[in-house]
Amino acid sequence: MKILVAVKRVVDYNVKVRAKADGTGVETANVKMSMNPFDEIAVEEAVRLQEAGKAKEIVAVSLGVAACQDTIRTALAMGADRGILVETDADLQPLAVAKLLKAVVDKEKPELVILGKQAIDDDSNQTGQMLAALLGWPQGTFASKVEVGAGTVDVTREIDGGLETVALKLPAVVTTDLRLNEPRFVKLPNIMKAKKKPLDVLKPADLGVDVTPRLVTLKVQEPPKRQAGIKVDTVTALVDKLRNEAHVI
Amino acid sequence: MSILVIAEHDNAVLKAATLNTITAATQLGSDIAILVAGHGCGAVAEAAAKVVGVKKVLLADAPYYAHQLAENVAALVVGLAGGYTHILAPATAAGKNMLPRVAALLDVAQISDVIKVESVNTFVRPIYAGNVLATVQSKDPIKVITVRGTAFPAATASGGFAVVETVAPAADAGVSSFVGQQLTKSDRPELTAARIIISGGRGMGNGENFKLLEDVADKLGAAVGASRAAVDAGFVPNDYQVGQTGKVVAPDLYIAVGISGAIQHLAGMKDSKVIVAINKDEEAPIFQVADYGLVADLFAAVPEMSKELDQLKAAG
Repeated sequence: MKILVAVKRVVDYNVKVRAKADGTGVETANVKMSMNPFDEIAVEEAVRLQEAGKAKEIVAVSLGVAACQDTIRTALAMGADRGILVETDADLQPLAVAKLLKAVVDKEKPELVILGKQAIDDDSNQTGQMLAALLGWPQGTFASKVEVGAGTVDVTREIDGGLETVALKLPAVVTTDLRLNEPRFVKLPNIMKAKKKPLDVLKPADLGVDVTPRLVTLKVQEPPKRQAGIKVDTVTALVDKLRNEAHVI
Repeated sequence: MSILVIAEHDNAVLKAATLNTITAATQLGSDIAILVAGHGCGAVAEAAAKVVGVKKVLLADAPYYAHQLAENVAALVVGLAGGYTHILAPATAAGKNMLPRVAALLDVAQISDVIKVESVNTFVRPIYAGNVLATVQSKDPIKVITVRGTAFPAATASGGFAVVETVAPAADAGVSSFVGQQLTKSDRPELTAARIIISGGRGMGNGENFKLLEDVADKLGAAVGASRAAVDAGFVPNDYQVGQTGKVVAPDLYIAVGISGAIQHLAGMKDSKVIVAINKDEEAPIFQVADYGLVADLFAAVPEMSKELDQLKAAG
């Protein structure tokens, strides 16, 4: 089985993001960038399936600026076999990403596509579902367990009331939640090896996809700041404040 | 404007998140229909018909809608979409799972987690864990939107008189099936609907210690939540998680116990009316958003709080 994993380059999760003063976007100059944490989980899951003998080849795909090559190299260092970058400076929204990924899937013909459930920059939580829809494939979103069988995959999903398991016919799309696995640390020799793994670069036009944004961002601003309140010294004082000042208990 | 709201339900009860979504719909226009897709879900359709503001309930009943499989429900919604300018669903696990499929099949963008309706095509949504708010305008003919429940009050659940219309189910896509579920059983309120929430973090130490929080929760009629750290450590199930990628809550009172306050956690609770932090580390970032902070060992403070609440109750 061939597995395709999608990896996104995002502002590192430890960075406190700020809106630009002119409200046109967020400050990304000189900010640390990393692989979207949910995508790391996706790569890890693919590598574990390969290690378990369930997958033959893992292809890591990223879409965006040339620097996304770094993100793909990280996936290769974790264990993916080769990379594909769909390079563009355009603002890519989830629908365009799903269309580009569909075009890559049509060429590569994987049986399983694994993506993060959401990217921690735009927090859309759409791409995997959109890709599945465009392909006419079933989806197992918010996965906390993935079991590949013969022609099927059972996905245990994190839902609002607990967990749910669905059986999907392959080919299928899976999106990862936090408890699926703990991604490995990349070892230096693997980083060196990753530099020699193949990485193809394509353009959206090569794939015949129109990536024109459908949503126009009119304004980006920071929400009103919550002010720190007061410290109380005792539990008695706390309960008293909650009852007689805040009136919430 | 003609708006279709996708009801969230379990075939028996219309979930509260639907009511918040209906309020968002009323800000777009008055021609509002609700789709109840499920199996044996007539009672849900009747409940939806009573919600104030709803004009029409569409009821689609088929065995393969019983568990809200995204492949099947999305196909149904796409088949109905033609007459609508807006399609809305709650930004819950079910809505987030299904609605992007609808958007993709209609070849339109989805606007996720809307917290404010500016106009019929312009919406505000949080990005970067809510550190930034983006105002976006859609250029698509149909606006497909998930609604963050905490940002809109609930519509009134009774007093309306909508007509219930049966619609033909779409075909079973036949590519996915429901195997089973493990739902957390609790007599406490649901996290997203609770007026008071008490949440524990890594500082709780283990799952057993969450009993301390449950004890206080039961005295306050509160729900129990957790930070990602506590869930990842296996102290409590995943559905307890409050945060950027878990549940977003905005109760009247949020009590954070042994939670440091990572931005990802704050993203899920900072719109609470009153925030209390109990943490032994006075430098913990949670204190920067707390209305009332108590620097204390939670293993002493929480049982003491429980006793104080007993005394309050005794005093009437």
